[in-house]
Amino acid sequence: MRTPFNTTKTSPRDSGGGGGRILLPFTSQAISRRALEAAMRLAHAEGGTLMPAFLARVPRNLPLESPLPAACAVGMPLLEAIEQRASAEGVPVDARVSRGRTYRDALQRLLRQEPFDRVIVSATDGPHSGLRQEDLAWLLDNVTAEVLILRPASDDARRISGHAVDGHF
Amino acid sequence: MAAGVGKTYRMLLEGRVEREIGRDVVVGLLETHGRAETAALAEGLELIPRRKVSYRGTELEEMDLAAIIARAPEICLIDELAHTNAPGVEHAKRHEDVEDVLAAGIDVLTTVNVQHLESLNDQVAELSGIRVRETIPDAVLGRADEIVVVDLTPEELLERLRAGKVYPIERIDAALNHFFRIENLSALREVALRQVAQEIGQRRFAAAVNVGSREESLAAEAPQAVSERLLALVEPDPGAYRLVRRAWRSAQRLGAPLDLLWVRPPGTLSDEQERSLTALRQLASLLGARLIVEESDLLPETVAAVARRQRTTYILMGRSRPGRGLTRARTPLPQRLLELLPGVDVRIVADRAQRPTEDPP
Repeated sequence: MRTPFNTTKTSPRDSGGGGGRILLPFTSQAISRRALEAAMRLAHAEGGTLMPAFLARVPRNLPLESPLPAACAVGMPLLEAIEQRASAEGVPVDARVSRGRTYRDALQRLLRQEPFDRVIVSATDGPHSGLRQEDLAWLLDNVTAEVLILRPASDDARRISGHAVDGHF
Repeated sequence: MAAGVGKTYRMLLEGRVEREIGRDVVVGLLETHGRAETAALAEGLELIPRRKVSYRGTELEEMDLAAIIARAPEICLIDELAHTNAPGVEHAKRHEDVEDVLAAGIDVLTTVNVQHLESLNDQVAELSGIRVRETIPDAVLGRADEIVVVDLTPEELLERLRAGKVYPIERIDAALNHFFRIENLSALREVALRQVAQEIGQRRFAAAVNVGSREESLAAEAPQAVSERLLALVEPDPGAYRLVRRAWRSAQRLGAPLDLLWVRPPGTLSDEQERSLTALRQLASLLGARLIVEESDLLPETVAAVARRQRTTYILMGRSRPGRGLTRARTPLPQRLLELLPGVDVRIVADRAQRPTEDPP
């Protein structure tokens, strides 16, 4: 039997941050603008903190604690872009990184480590860009935080990428 | 860069040129991997026969170090610098044999793939998913008088592979499916070119300072003078991550190690601070940076002590919070650090959150 995450006695809201802690995990070179905007709207409305989290996959032949410069070269500019955009909208940001053998493993480790009120993921990510259908189902089954899965939409092609901070990062 | 680009071929070409200008050249060790073009180029060059080594009932062939030193040529060509020797010979690694050859006053031309460099091994493994076991310390490459990168586009290399110029026909499919994928080759090429650019930059600097009566001492100090080490001053709060990312980016561009320092005031941490500290540790670990936590009330002095200890050349910090009361009269931290650490650059990282955002097209 699996233990659900976020079962700590202290609720995320009690543990600092005022409003809710809204986790926005991403894995690839770009993130759906709709997902980011939804997360920012929620954070705005609730006086919460947006917590974008870069999930990195560690190849099996490397120790789990290995530095991942190539993955970071993709993830760090994107974290910067998200943070700049959110800060410009007045949304507090508290970024995270997590790594694992798979993206789900990385997310699982992050969820074990600290509490979140909401997790926002986009169902539009392709097979090469991170969380798969099974991962989303796993999220719903195992995470006690509110999970918001955005259904696919026509404007999903509009994405935020690290290019937004080219020359500024 | 990778097997099949033509390193051995280039080494033999260089050897032939040296012989044509009258130098005494021998081949100490040659691996043709069955490539006819390479074997043809070696024809006419004196080859020192390999010696046989018995290991667990198997007869192996290794480079004959003693024979090379006894032959005492002016130049010796030794292929595959990262090779691991069979047990029972003088040294465990071929690069150690090469040290002996050099010590005997013999110049050496050798070959190595970029993924065999110790410092690049993790990076290449991450990029390609393949880890090579035979590595050489970077210092070995650092002692070379000249480095020549044998560059080939991934497309050309794949063409050579498919044409059977790299491996025998029966191994081609496996190679194409395993290591010889275009993304792997592109990544290796990038790493090789960057590495050589860095070496050239360091040598150019060393040459520029290598003048006057202090010639020798300056030349010896040059590698240290050009190597940067960054120190970012952080606190476990969300604003620190931006600073860490910026510092990491700078460190990547400079090819320099990055340390993060939190001068922690005495006392216990709140839950939120504990979480932020954990997140900061994770970020540091993922980026390959080292997080140092020092408990002290004396911020400038502690930063200066750590910077001296770590041989920091560059300090990055965020904007200080405005002081209150008497603290307003104190010298600002950047100014204080410049006083305490002459010769160390101090950079204040701006908060670019308020700059106009740009969308990609």
